[in-house]
Amino acid sequence: MSYSITEPSNRQKWFAGILVVGYALLTLLPLAWIIATGFKTPADAIAYPPKVIFSPSLEGYVNLFTSRSRVTPEDLAALGPPTTWYDAIVRQYDMVINGPSRYGERFMNSVIIGFGSTFLSVFLGTIAAYAFSRFKVPLKDDLLFFILSTRMMPPIAVAIPIFLMYRQLGLSDTHLGMILLYTAVNLSLSVWLLKGFIDEIPIEYEEAALIDGYTRFQAFYKVVLPQAATGIASTAIFCLIFSWNEYAFAVLLTSGTAQTAPPFIPTIIGSGGKDWPAVAAGATLFLLPIMIFTILLRKHLLRGITFGAVRK
Amino acid sequence: MAQIVIKNLRKEFGAFTAVQSSSFTIEDGEFFMLLGPSGCGKTTTLRMIAGLELPTAGEIYINGTEVSQKPASKRDIAFVFQMFALYPHMNVRKNISYPLVSQGMPRDQVRAKVDEVAKILGITALLDKPVGGLSGGDRQRVALGRAVVRDPACFLMDEPLGALDAEFREHMAQELRALHDRMHATTVYVTHDQLEAMQMGDKIVVMNHGVVEQFGRPQEIYDWPATTFVATFIGSPAMNLLPFEGMVGHGATSVMLAGTEVQIPKMISGSDGTLVLGVRPEHVHLDDAAAYRGRIMAVEYLGTTQIVTLDTPLGLVKARLSSNKMVTVGETVGLRFDARSISLFGSDGRALISTANHGVLHHG
Repeated sequence: MSYSITEPSNRQKWFAGILVVGYALLTLLPLAWIIATGFKTPADAIAYPPKVIFSPSLEGYVNLFTSRSRVTPEDLAALGPPTTWYDAIVRQYDMVINGPSRYGERFMNSVIIGFGSTFLSVFLGTIAAYAFSRFKVPLKDDLLFFILSTRMMPPIAVAIPIFLMYRQLGLSDTHLGMILLYTAVNLSLSVWLLKGFIDEIPIEYEEAALIDGYTRFQAFYKVVLPQAATGIASTAIFCLIFSWNEYAFAVLLTSGTAQTAPPFIPTIIGSGGKDWPAVAAGATLFLLPIMIFTILLRKHLLRGITFGAVRK
Repeated sequence: MAQIVIKNLRKEFGAFTAVQSSSFTIEDGEFFMLLGPSGCGKTTTLRMIAGLELPTAGEIYINGTEVSQKPASKRDIAFVFQMFALYPHMNVRKNISYPLVSQGMPRDQVRAKVDEVAKILGITALLDKPVGGLSGGDRQRVALGRAVVRDPACFLMDEPLGALDAEFREHMAQELRALHDRMHATTVYVTHDQLEAMQMGDKIVVMNHGVVEQFGRPQEIYDWPATTFVATFIGSPAMNLLPFEGMVGHGATSVMLAGTEVQIPKMISGSDGTLVLGVRPEHVHLDDAAAYRGRIMAVEYLGTTQIVTLDTPLGLVKARLSSNKMVTVGETVGLRFDARSISLFGSDGRALISTANHGVLHHG
């Protein structure tokens, strides 16, 4: 091929820059609004016209983590001065703190179910992808197509059968049930992604290890796994993003013990007026882990997406 | 060190037969070449010796032990891959240590052994470098180091010089041969490059379409090809093959080529129908007295020699002549063939046995 890539002109660079910055603003604005709302007072949050400049308050976060009840001014006076800063915030509204809210538990459920199912999908996906990539599997192409076909309709299309099945099996509202469900949904993605990555690893590495005196399994975990680390990391991110953010199944199948954060956060609205700052605070905290996880692995993610596009 | 015996080895991939019943013996300490065009089954044969493929039928003996169904790790062999297959996530030292670590050798012993091998191969300075940044030649040395370090029963090499550029190949070929002469380890080497095979090998097996065409010393194979395939595959330019209708009987010493008599070695077997006369370009001489004539079509100057292409009644003939011989394109000249070096092939493409080649073609 003999074409040359010319340096873009200044005008083109400006145009590209404005496009990129504009698009970034467009996508980041809702995020910024949610984060800002988390630090507003309820009055500021619903003010019209909307307030861009406001005096920050931790009320939303206090409300997110506590359950409170209204008391009469006389009872409040009888309590004596507030002992902590969050007590003080709550008492402005004639309320007292009864105890912690359920947000912490729900958040932990999200962590257990999200990371649990991610681990399981990546683990099963890796061994399945290795088998598909390296061994003669009867009906390989049909099996791979079948695995992919589970993605051809939205998972929620099978919500009712799964709901009935889970009720029969006693898996409703259990951690195990949600982990299994998210694993099942993610597995097709992880098998296909990882098969692509493992196909790219030359088989000679394993053959060299076999000749060097290692067993097939040793060759797999000592030679193939380190090579596939990038692929595994990016697959893990995709799986985690799905199971972390999943809402529909969580609403349908969990209500208490195993309820994850996404269905829980909207319920905050109901307790004591429209508490938008608390909802926004819940959403902000919920965003953090996945943001950190993605930023940590973003190098792998980028390589993962472009992997195999260019031959080294 | 080991003798390797291959008996009736066969490999099928579904309906495709990659290797059809090969048999040959690799003596202890030999540098043995598996030569053939791509797809001829030479790599499959090597991989069966290594245990990376299991044969459909047949036996492989390494030092008298039948190993054809044993896993690679139990055969005590070392394999050098064309693409080197160095573990990319390890540095040079770890790569070379790897086979020793799998045997559970103590660490200080591993260290000493790796240092020794690195010294032999001249890669001591590279030991702590990652393999990613190494040049092709250095990667090849590291790959050799990984093979040499464990003193295997034999070395199997799959086109180890194939990934190197031409000028470096020559150099590595010499290095490899020198290493072999120093260690006297049985080596099986796969290549499609006939020059490499002739230059490095003690013995050569020529394969085509999964069949062993010929097996012997480089010079025997070059001088007395067993089939027309070997005759054309080995040598550059290839052996001249002139098909003609005729017959030869036991004891014949000449054949008739387009009405002229040409001397041949005394025949032991006979045949008739479409026969093929084979003569190497260096055994063709221009001689005005000769009755078989051709017109000079082209001349390629190669320094000390020149290749002259002649159009003769039975087809094109190439002659390798000394460069001082003056030739003119378009001239018609007589061609004389060295009678002692002529091969005759029957209509099945197999060489007919004569007093000249029966010693070569009757031992394998």
